[in-house]
Amino acid sequence: MEIKPYEQNSYTPVPSAFTKFRRNCVPWQFIRFIAINIKMTVLILKSHH
Amino acid sequence: MARVVILGGGVSGHTAATFLAKWLGKKHEVVVVTPNAQWNWIPSNIWVGVGGMSKQEVVFDLAPVYAKGGVVYRQAKALSIHPEGSKEEDKQFVTIEYTGQDKTGESEKITYDYLINATGPKLNFGATEGLGPDVGHTVSVCSAEHASHASDKLDELIAQMKSGEEKRILIGTGHGMCTCQGAAFEYTFNVDHKLREEGVRDKATITYISNEYELGDFGVAGMHIKLGGYVTSGKVFAESLYTERDVNWIKRAHVNKVEKGKVHYELLDGSQNEELFDFSMLIPPFGGVGLKAYDKAGEDITSKIFNPGGFMFVDADYSKGGAPYEDWDADDWPSYCQNQTYKNMYAVGIAFAPPHLISKPMKSPNGTPINPTPPRTGMPSAMMGKAVAQSLKDIILNNATEPTHSAKMSEIGAACVASAGKGIFSGSAVAMTMYPIIPNFKKYKYGRDLDGTFGEIGLAGHWVKHFLHFAFLWKAKLKPFWTLIPE
Repeated sequence: MEIKPYEQNSYTPVPSAFTKFRRNCVPWQFIRFIAINIKMTVLILKSHH
Repeated sequence: MARVVILGGGVSGHTAATFLAKWLGKKHEVVVVTPNAQWNWIPSNIWVGVGGMSKQEVVFDLAPVYAKGGVVYRQAKALSIHPEGSKEEDKQFVTIEYTGQDKTGESEKITYDYLINATGPKLNFGATEGLGPDVGHTVSVCSAEHASHASDKLDELIAQMKSGEEKRILIGTGHGMCTCQGAAFEYTFNVDHKLREEGVRDKATITYISNEYELGDFGVAGMHIKLGGYVTSGKVFAESLYTERDVNWIKRAHVNKVEKGKVHYELLDGSQNEELFDFSMLIPPFGGVGLKAYDKAGEDITSKIFNPGGFMFVDADYSKGGAPYEDWDADDWPSYCQNQTYKNMYAVGIAFAPPHLISKPMKSPNGTPINPTPPRTGMPSAMMGKAVAQSLKDIILNNATEPTHSAKMSEIGAACVASAGKGIFSGSAVAMTMYPIIPNFKKYKYGRDLDGTFGEIGLAGHWVKHFLHFAFLWKAKLKPFWTLIPE
């Protein structure tokens, strides 16, 4: 991917190598899997009336 | 005995039908009228569209499931509602036309005590000339059949790329009034993922085209999340992913014509433009299914029951429809999904008429509306179906006189897991929640609760989406403990 000044993709943040590593790091993602499920469960509980 | 007739067997209708049949028992009757023989877990169509799943993995036959659940099943399309009955029939009824069960083409009247309209969308490919897989030049992932066809076309394209050809891929919304940008978003990144797996990503230019004012609007006026020490717009989050995956984007676009290999579109600034493609998946706008309504004398009262788009009026504040965006309020949205003229009628999911958009209305200098319409699919759709089922249970069994359970979109949240590629260890998805769905700027500075609104990209999101695929199919098939799986 080439980023050139003044093109649309030159104004956006892009993930660093460490961020990309974390996104596919299985132990870390297992923790995030639990965290996402907790967040979604809380959302569901708040949404039932 | 009370009879509840449910028009439509998609996410909201199926949820309402299965819970009601369980709660009401054999003393009452729950009838589902749906033209389809199979139920489709639509979110996984994205994976069918890139060959990651077969069509058979995302559908199942409805008849045995409804037989098990005690639901009376009519494979038919609903034609008209008669909420006062007719000169010949005192009781309110619907007319249907069979599409299967060896009665194709036959008509029937079904009387009801309570009616739930859960008819879902009409995929309005006709709104844009040349759009769609049947008579147009683009593919679709809106149904399992469409997705399977899209996968075949993508495979042909990949074969050509493997022989050295360079190709242009265009994915997005096929009209200025589309909703469901999430599906286009997911398909974009699944196609990107597939091309990388096949080793031909360098042969493809992928462009995303959208009617959103900014990427990340998703028809809900965007959202803010806490990210990297900032409260930041979802626009930044979305654009980052497009840049990372080397996907170009065209925003504020109304596609007005599709020719073989060429899309014509108007931008919000009024300019007319063209984009060439070798493979294109564009989402169509949604419409109501075109139900008619008649009073006892046989007079057409469709406009009293449905808005011009074919969506049923419920307990929303429709007086705000023409008001400026700044005057809209979270309370404009319906609580009980109950029609106020005929209170034994309800509409859930796509079928109810929203009081107005969620995103800010925009028009080009030529007068063309270019703005996303409100999404009412997935989780909120199922929650509406269940809330109406709970209310009807209380009305039928416990003599409640008014609905008892609400699913107001300004008081419920939504979880969305947008796949960005399939694979147990190589997959990725954007996991998002927002609370509430309708921004409430009186209550929250950014319109939503930042503790209930988040987004993150990673392998864990893919695991969640894959888990939900199995969980929701398990639930829809009424397998053991299905009621424990939330909406």
